[in-house]
Amino acid sequence: MSGLRILVPVKRVIDYAVKPRVNKAQTAVETQGVKHSMNPFDELSIEEAVRLRERKHPVEDILAFSAGPAKSQDILRTAMAMGADRALHVVEEKTDLEPLGVAKLLKQVVEQEKRNLVILGKQSIDDDAAQTGQMLAGLLGWSQATQASKVELEGEMVTVTKEVDGGVETVRAKLPMVITTDLRLNEPRYASLPNIMKAKKKPLEKKTLADYGGELGKRLKTLKVMEPPARQGGGKVEDVDGLIGKLKELGAL
Amino acid sequence: MPPLHRLAPPLRCLRLANSTFQRSAFPRPTPPAFFRAHQPRGQHTEAAPTTSASSVDHSPQSQPDRPQSKITYTADSYPNLKRDSRFKEVTADDVAFFREVLGSDNAIIDGVTKDASDDLEAFNSDWMKKYRGQCKVVLKPDTTEQVSRILKYCNENLLPVNPQGGNTGLVGGSVPVFDEVVLNLSRMNSIHSFDEVSGILVADAGVILQAADDHVAEKGYIFPLDLGAKGSCQIGGNVATNAGGLRLLRYGSMHGNILGLEAVLPDGTIVDDLCTLRKNNTGYDLKQLFIGGEGSIGIITKISILCPQRSPAVNVAYFGLSSYAKVQQAFREAKIQLSEILSAFELMDSQSQALYARASGARLPLESPHPFYCLIETSGSNTDHDSEKLTTFLEHVMGEEIVADGVVADNESQLQSLWACREGISEASQHFGGVYKYDLSIPLPDLYSLVEECRERFQSNGLMSDTDESKPVFDVVGYGHMGDSNLHLNVAVRRYEKEVEKALEPWVYEWVAQRKGSISAEHGLGLAKKEFIQYSRSETMVGLMKQLKKVYDPNGIMNPYKYI
Ligand SMILES: Cc1cc2nc3c(=O)[nH]c(=O)nc-3n(C[C@H](O)[C@H](O)[C@H](O)COP(=O)(O)OP(=O)(O)OC[C@H]3O[C@@H](n4cnc5c(N)ncnc54)[C@H](O)[C@@H]3O)c2cc1C
Repeated sequence: MSGLRILVPVKRVIDYAVKPRVNKAQTAVETQGVKHSMNPFDELSIEEAVRLRERKHPVEDILAFSAGPAKSQDILRTAMAMGADRALHVVEEKTDLEPLGVAKLLKQVVEQEKRNLVILGKQSIDDDAAQTGQMLAGLLGWSQATQASKVELEGEMVTVTKEVDGGVETVRAKLPMVITTDLRLNEPRYASLPNIMKAKKKPLEKKTLADYGGELGKRLKTLKVMEPPARQGGGKVEDVDGLIGKLKELGAL
Repeated sequence: MPPLHRLAPPLRCLRLANSTFQRSAFPRPTPPAFFRAHQPRGQHTEAAPTTSASSVDHSPQSQPDRPQSKITYTADSYPNLKRDSRFKEVTADDVAFFREVLGSDNAIIDGVTKDASDDLEAFNSDWMKKYRGQCKVVLKPDTTEQVSRILKYCNENLLPVNPQGGNTGLVGGSVPVFDEVVLNLSRMNSIHSFDEVSGILVADAGVILQAADDHVAEKGYIFPLDLGAKGSCQIGGNVATNAGGLRLLRYGSMHGNILGLEAVLPDGTIVDDLCTLRKNNTGYDLKQLFIGGEGSIGIITKISILCPQRSPAVNVAYFGLSSYAKVQQAFREAKIQLSEILSAFELMDSQSQALYARASGARLPLESPHPFYCLIETSGSNTDHDSEKLTTFLEHVMGEEIVADGVVADNESQLQSLWACREGISEASQHFGGVYKYDLSIPLPDLYSLVEECRERFQSNGLMSDTDESKPVFDVVGYGHMGDSNLHLNVAVRRYEKEVEKALEPWVYEWVAQRKGSISAEHGLGLAKKEFIQYSRSETMVGLMKQLKKVYDPNGIMNPYKYI
């Protein structure tokens, strides 16, 4: 078999530990001045690609890809510090990319870059669409294995274990294929200092949507974004009588 | 610290690096709860009470699973301490007076006219479950006037008083030794004002630290103190102990941040120095006597404190270094290159990290072991600027081979996992049975030699082994706030044994005294270190302190048997 040419798409999202806030106009989530980092599922994808190489599989090249604002460069550097060989950045500041648009973009990248394995996060934690990997497999006409918790490779055969309700499901397919990652797949490494330095020298190519035929065709319209209703605060009662009074008032007694 | 909610760094629950999101409800769990430390842990060796002055440093630790009733009375573990016979015992008449002053049944726990032992227990025993008093009455005033009337009465009737905040103190100062009246501030918990322009907060002493920080956080400010007991300790208690904590390097001590306070003297005098000025050079700065005074001359009822702007951009890096000399070099470089954004510089030796990994099962951030580790945190106003400074710094220390290896947190969960490597040590060090802890200030050049010498001592006296269960000592570890020259020396033991204590005390204190260090960097004196003050203060100094105590508390009713 020729070597593995892996594509790992990554997305810059609001850090998962930050509580998102809805903007005043209720049209989107506030992103200004909010900490961003790599979509956690994408970290798993990068880690898995790097581990395939570490397990001595014939990995020829790991390409990290991101479409999004200039800042996405940071996460591409992180991906390279974790072990990706190079990066491709489609710089797009304005449009909110939709899964289908991204899948179409990725299809072109796969073809131009002659990829035979794409590892994606099963979803990104900003819009939770969980569609890109599946759509990409459909567009390419490739096999797909979603929600991987284990990936094994033997020659051209890939065996993927996925967690399903109440157990695991094991699927097998031949390359080329699309795999989406789930949380138990691995534990992503930290970017170490020496690797962060090395990553600075790795190639990062910049392109624009125009290079891929422009317009991605937006199909969805966000009508309104709302926070969940605020929890009602508790009150304190002075003593047992107070408690009983309150319970009666609420009709609980 | 983690941006807006660095949820009290402390004891980020010991967990695998980067695995927080592997919990079921994935998408954005609420930021990890750090205070899981108090989970009972089954196999804790029953620790014999010890009068060793060593105490915990400031990370929450799981408390030994010991019912309060099993804690030995302080009076029994300190047989040399005798109740001062001048003091009167609380009678039913006294209780009637207190009740009249307080005006509410919720404000008093009366164990004099009835049996209230269960209710009293929590106020009699300390956080470490090491000290236990026998007070019969707890008073919870809610105004300064009530505090004043109570103290005046106690002073005239020679009733000793134990001021109590959140009862998280680590030196036995917050609970009575015998039957002192506990005056607990928990009901004085209003925030009076916060000025969004100057950042000055005025609040009651009984406000919980977390509540104070949450209050100012909403306006983009930060309370200039952060420590493991954040959810329980009170700002009055923090001032009374001059608590240091994790932000001291950046924001300085209480002595600088407290602008004013209101306090009540034993004779009932209300000292109103609730100044909200940054500058006020008019006479002696008497409020300083209450800061770190541990309730020995009066009760703090309100404070005014200057809060700095909260930093939106926080970065954390973790390094491996080959020697203590390199650690010092790295610290020097960090100050030069990160100056105004440096917010923590913590030191950990390899033993402490190994212990942490072993006790918690966590994966350490660096692949191969190094003799020393450092954790650096920066907090600033602009992520891009900070990252750039940090990157330049990192390249420099790597390039110059000052640090051997390192990692940088890419996201919040990594950031917390890195902090856990530092904050988890405290818990880990008592995981195998118990721990002797020393919280010391030592000039930087000598700081680590104490750990090395201590380790040699236990190697040569045959009391230490990490495999042989018959040896009491498991390991000797060192870590601490490098930025503040504050070392935590922990001797992790399988069980408390007199021999171990004898090998440590007074040797540690003598060692520290010879280098003009302090035997208690942050935790204070209380009962635990009262006897050892001479190692850090001259006779003249102690003499002056005693004079002051006499001036403000001539009858000696305030927190007796402790401090000086
Ligand atoms: C998990 C944990 C982490 C900690 N971390 C740190 C740390 O990082 N740095 C550090 O310096 N310390 C630390 N400490 C110890 C620290 O001293 C206390 O947590 C805190 O400052 C005490 O506040 P408190 O309200 O609990 O006071 P208490 O424990 O109730 O009292 C402490 C002392 O102050 C006196 N006192 C309390 N309130 C008043 C008042 N209103 N007026 C007069 N006297 C009063 C008491 O009499 C007693 O002597 C830690 C403790 C724990 C349990």
